Amino acid sequence: MSTDTLAAGLETALPTTLFRFATAGSVDDGKSTLVGRLLHDSKAILADTLDAVARTSADRGFGGEKGGIDLALLTDGLRAEREQGITIDVAYRYFATDRRSFILADCPGHVQYTKNTVTGASTADAVVVLIDARKGVLEQTRRHLSVLQLLRVAHVIVAVNKIDLVDFSEQVFRDIEADVQKVARELGLGSDGVADLLVVPVSALDGDNVVDRSERTPWYTGPALLEVLETLPAADELEAELESFRFPVQLVIRPQGALAPDAVAAGLDVEAYRDYRAYAGQITEGSVKVGDEVSVISPGHEPRITTVIGIDFAGQSLQEAAAPQSVAVRLADEIDIARGDTIAAAGTVRESSADLYASLAWLSPKPLREGQKVLVKHGTRTVQALVRNVTGKLDLATFGVEPTSTLELNDIGHAQLRLAAALPLENYLHHRRTGAFLVIDPIDGNTLAAGLVKDHPGDHEDERYVI
Amino acid sequence: MSTYTTEEPTVEVAAAVDAPSVERLSSLDTLESEAIHIIREVVAEFEKPALLFSGGKDSVVMLHLATKAFWPGKVPFPVLHVDTGHNFPEVIDFRDRTVERLGLKLVVGSVQEFIDRGELAERADGTRNPLQTVPLLDAIQRNKFDAVFGGGRRDEDKARAKERILSLRDEFGQWDPRNQRPELWNLYNGRHTVGQHVRAFPISNWTELDIWRYIERENIELPGLYYAHEREVFARDGMWRAVGEVSQPLPHEDVITKLVRYRTVGDMSCTGAVESDARTVADVVVEVAASTLTERGATRADDRISEAAMEDRKKDGYF
Repeated sequence: MSTDTLAAGLETALPTTLFRFATAGSVDDGKSTLVGRLLHDSKAILADTLDAVARTSADRGFGGEKGGIDLALLTDGLRAEREQGITIDVAYRYFATDRRSFILADCPGHVQYTKNTVTGASTADAVVVLIDARKGVLEQTRRHLSVLQLLRVAHVIVAVNKIDLVDFSEQVFRDIEADVQKVARELGLGSDGVADLLVVPVSALDGDNVVDRSERTPWYTGPALLEVLETLPAADELEAELESFRFPVQLVIRPQGALAPDAVAAGLDVEAYRDYRAYAGQITEGSVKVGDEVSVISPGHEPRITTVIGIDFAGQSLQEAAAPQSVAVRLADEIDIARGDTIAAAGTVRESSADLYASLAWLSPKPLREGQKVLVKHGTRTVQALVRNVTGKLDLATFGVEPTSTLELNDIGHAQLRLAAALPLENYLHHRRTGAFLVIDPIDGNTLAAGLVKDHPGDHEDERYVI
Repeated sequence: MSTYTTEEPTVEVAAAVDAPSVERLSSLDTLESEAIHIIREVVAEFEKPALLFSGGKDSVVMLHLATKAFWPGKVPFPVLHVDTGHNFPEVIDFRDRTVERLGLKLVVGSVQEFIDRGELAERADGTRNPLQTVPLLDAIQRNKFDAVFGGGRRDEDKARAKERILSLRDEFGQWDPRNQRPELWNLYNGRHTVGQHVRAFPISNWTELDIWRYIERENIELPGLYYAHEREVFARDGMWRAVGEVSQPLPHEDVITKLVRYRTVGDMSCTGAVESDARTVADVVVEVAASTLTERGATRADDRISEAAMEDRKKDGYF
């Protein structure tokens, strides 16, 4: 591509939007090849990297007489990983098309798949799950889909890979598609209004239906994988449309005379900003306008109602802002507000609670015990918590729940926690940001679990949580 | 055994859903918002953060984001520069002007002082970039910084591709890739014990092209050597090296005057220029978008030492 046509392309294409997706599957499913294919065909791989990969492919005799490059090498990891022959954890990769910039969280399959899938899926707008067309839906597929359902990923795309190795058979694809739908039905995935599900036949090795639609699958009339990724709405877009404005306060901006010298030099009215006070944060869902009535939620207070009188962003006064913008909000009334408080659309937040009913994805080698003291980080607030009881562990393959009193690394289960302060907890099902929390080890500070608020405690009469 | 599903409706295999009506933030707006959120989290949760500032484009963008995060207040932390002693003079000048303009405190860790005291030895190849780790850790410990912002990006290198946005370092500054905390949603865990500190990388998710588009959009000033200029250079290791006090041509290396610019600005002894006629930021955006070489592959001798050069340096406490 010449510089001129590229420049013309840039002008018409800007601004692109951001889309985050993750891949889940094992090495055997051809995941590395698929990721390599996306990077390669979208021209994200530059010549020096490609040269190195071509040299290594030749050294290892890839493709035999035919030659060619081993696309899986494009995602080759750290030396520490090569030495042990394993993939350590999620790697982030970047590529762009005319329409979108992509952030790809490449999640390794075999080792600690729950930990990696949970991590990758927590920020993903979509997750691509790979299936080997020769093997169909395996137990691992069920596990992956189960985790994605739990994490409320907005779009799940199942790529039925190696379709070339089953002679592009429509029957094989349709059978696998039906199996995927059956699993999805058992899980409620794709039918509960939260997520949608798409099944695409691909050959990562040859590129069929990855970037361009393939002529070798005439029976498949849907979009190629990249087309899907370019057109699905990002989670931010969906979250910005919600009516429930949520704004966890990160810090108070109150310069008290310590104004930025560059702003003053640019003509900032020093007198007018002497008593400036605004609440800085990132809008986690919904939108806010100047003049909106909002509730301020702080522990130990009834929600206090006030009005938004200004939305500032680095010298700009905005009339309106939406998720995921980082802004500073000014309020009409002098209210004592600190980090950890939440500003929300008036009347949309339920009563704060110190009883937390949650699903926990346990990510630490230290098991969870009943009676254990932990820290819970929710939004911008961290509080102490007591694990009252562990009420069950999910069998990700059968989707059943087994009784247990402990959770170990890569388990997903349910627990009830008592918090040292009441928090504005919301059901993760509908609030992917304010329904999420971290469980942290107070001793060494490590992250123990990803937490998902299950239900509002007001919905439960029983002391012991019924699943 | 109960199941955790209740309904059994039919699943429709959905086609791609139409985009909703709300106007979407551009990818730069989204990345900017994410970076500002991270910068504010670190300032709120740590006692004494500092920002690594070299005058290089990524650190300039970081500082710009910090000014936006705290407007109309001052940037509430000092900047830290690890000076190799082999810097381009115009970059040092730019650094000092920037610090003055924003009213910041500048902390300098000096590689030269460590060499003079015999606590570091000059390498045979004359490259000083890998020597920065010791003065960096020394400055962190002496100033009791508990969080250090860096402009590292995951697209730069495969070791960086696996690093967290908040990366915990032990008392030796070491990065342990096998023992990283999972990073979930936008909830960052900055807990650390005495002696540990955290490296924070708010622009982890930016690419080189994002950086340049942002510099263009925000009209951010950079040291002049990022733009095409005439310079006396000689060819070494497939790169154009500037003639200067610390990078002298060998007898067989011819010095010529070329129109060049720098894609990265580091130590003069290991940073190469690229032939370019991109005199403005708009020219650079076009050039970077069309480039067929990675930023480090094209311009950094230190990353060519071995395939795992960055991985090794990071484990030892490098940026």
